[in-house]
Amino acid sequence: MRKHKGRRAFLAVCTIPALILFSVFMLYPTLNIFIISMYKWGGYSQHREFVGLDNFVKLFSDAKFWQSFQNTVLLIVIVTIITMAMALLTAAILTREKLRFKGFFRVVFYIPNILSAVVIAAIFSAVYDPSRGLLNTLLSFFTGGKAGQVLWLGDQKVVIYSIAIAMIWQAVGYYMVMYTASMSSVPESMYEAASLEGAGRVRQFFSITIPLIWTNAYFFYH
Amino acid sequence: MKRFVALFCALMLTLSLLASCGTRNDDKDKDSDGKIVLKVAVLESAYGKKMWEDVAAAYEADHTDVKIELTAEKNLEDVIGSKMKSGDYPDVVHLATGREAGLTETMIRENSLADISDILDEKVFGEDVSVKDKLIEGFTDTAATHPYDDDSMYMAPMFYGPCGLFYNAGLFAEKKWTVPTTWDEMWELGQKAEAEGIALFTYPTAGYFDSLMFALLCETGGVEFYNDCMRYKEGVWEDKNAREALDIVARLASYTEPTTVANANNDNYLKNQQLILDNKALFMPSGTWVVGEMADAPRSEGFEWGFMALPAIDSDSDRYSYTYFEQIWVPENAKHQDEAKDFIAYLYTDKAVKIFAEAGAIQPIQGVSEILEGENKLFYSIYDTGAKPVLGGFAATDPVEGVSMTDTLFGTVNSIVSGDKTVDEWQNAIKKASDSLRKALKK
Repeated sequence: MRKHKGRRAFLAVCTIPALILFSVFMLYPTLNIFIISMYKWGGYSQHREFVGLDNFVKLFSDAKFWQSFQNTVLLIVIVTIITMAMALLTAAILTREKLRFKGFFRVVFYIPNILSAVVIAAIFSAVYDPSRGLLNTLLSFFTGGKAGQVLWLGDQKVVIYSIAIAMIWQAVGYYMVMYTASMSSVPESMYEAASLEGAGRVRQFFSITIPLIWTNAYFFYH
Repeated sequence: MKRFVALFCALMLTLSLLASCGTRNDDKDKDSDGKIVLKVAVLESAYGKKMWEDVAAAYEADHTDVKIELTAEKNLEDVIGSKMKSGDYPDVVHLATGREAGLTETMIRENSLADISDILDEKVFGEDVSVKDKLIEGFTDTAATHPYDDDSMYMAPMFYGPCGLFYNAGLFAEKKWTVPTTWDEMWELGQKAEAEGIALFTYPTAGYFDSLMFALLCETGGVEFYNDCMRYKEGVWEDKNAREALDIVARLASYTEPTTVANANNDNYLKNQQLILDNKALFMPSGTWVVGEMADAPRSEGFEWGFMALPAIDSDSDRYSYTYFEQIWVPENAKHQDEAKDFIAYLYTDKAVKIFAEAGAIQPIQGVSEILEGENKLFYSIYDTGAKPVLGGFAATDPVEGVSMTDTLFGTVNSIVSGDKTVDEWQNAIKKASDSLRKALKK
């Protein structure tokens, strides 16, 4: 019994600091935000009026809310799928293939990840600039004129993909490094055996690399 | 996605730390010398912040019992907003309506401004004249100073300037084009310029259509009609005068330089203004601050700023120019309201007016035109050469969630230019917004 008590105290001492931090920085703000959401309040003044769930009713009947919600979902889906695919591909190439400047590429892919959002925004608004931007200049090189000018940030059908590209560019490096780490733990002997059996590189990628790192790939997105 | 959670936590941590720092200074009423600390928060705009530092120093020199704690920031809302949320209010705030964050509008809607009407009768420091008599008539009876349509003034007028269309006068001289005085001449010029590969029109961001639209409504329907629009009167937006104004904007949209929309945001709007300097577009709507804003920008040879009121509907109708002015106000929760009012009255002294004017910031003071120099002389003479002034703005309402007249009326221009919305859709949306805001008008 005594031993049991000591064990409990030990567990309590170990978990209480984390519990306090969690309550102060996660539970309390979350709860507080929910309470604020039930007031009609501009945020700056002392005048606030309790309206219950009225704000949510208005939010859900607002067409603009649903439109922004759809855009957000679209961005999350596109960015996640493409980032994952590209990160897997680049990681596989950088670990399995015999490339020159491997380390260099790894660094280059990772750099966007350490840039702040402001810098990324500045870089991409320069890339997307309609008249002097990198992208349109490159395009006009192929089309041989001004005719194919695309407004990457001005066309309402294109702009969401322009933003998605910037987000993907920023995220690929990080996940690539994660995948590279798990890929290097796949035993070399498997690939040897596979190639003896006549499996090509693509086959090896889908039948060996992916299944063996899948738990990791899945894990990173949670 | 795990790192987003981590980032989120880190952010929360920093935020709560900042919040706790904010509250700690709360009781700093007087400094160690026993002086009253007056917290003055001002927007650092195109005029720069040095003029505010100079005025604050002058005030301190004249009032030895007050110490000014000046906050001058470009993103003033972010800086004082979080402090205000935790109950730490500045005593004086110089921040106009019409900003994207809408802090001033929020304060108006929530009745959180102090009544500062008695400033008007106060004697200007060291001078034998009251503030009321020093200000140009007409500036203290608009919705921009009296938001609740009663006799109380809640915001005092500060820097003002005419808004209109800016162009390169040098280019017009070089091409021997005459500056259009009616919209028909404007469209003709649009054809001529197009033949030379120059677009007729561009705009910094869609928000700049406020001054243009207000003046345009006066031109198509008269001042009475404009006021009806500002008071959300029933049926105004279905009126043929309103439709005429919207059609003119839609026609301007068809003459707009093609890359404009892509750069019509707060980060890239300077690229649109640059189109005027590079002779790629002829006109853009703006206010007088644009000259200072583009002072260091490269420009085409022979460039010279030109400025005009909107063209008239036809040759014998009136031309209008919207007069923009910034406001200064005192939060209801400010600690030193009397000192705050005293400080605002001080801003109209000859000494302060001179400091501001040297930085290009002009206040609506009687006889201010005599101290103007250079380009400013041309800009501020616009009302002497025939254009009529338009003042004010939309009437204050209680907050209506999800409805923004500025987004609907001005923001939609981007979609009109890109062809994603038709004028009919635009007109309907404005009507709907106006209907729901009418019900929320402040009584």
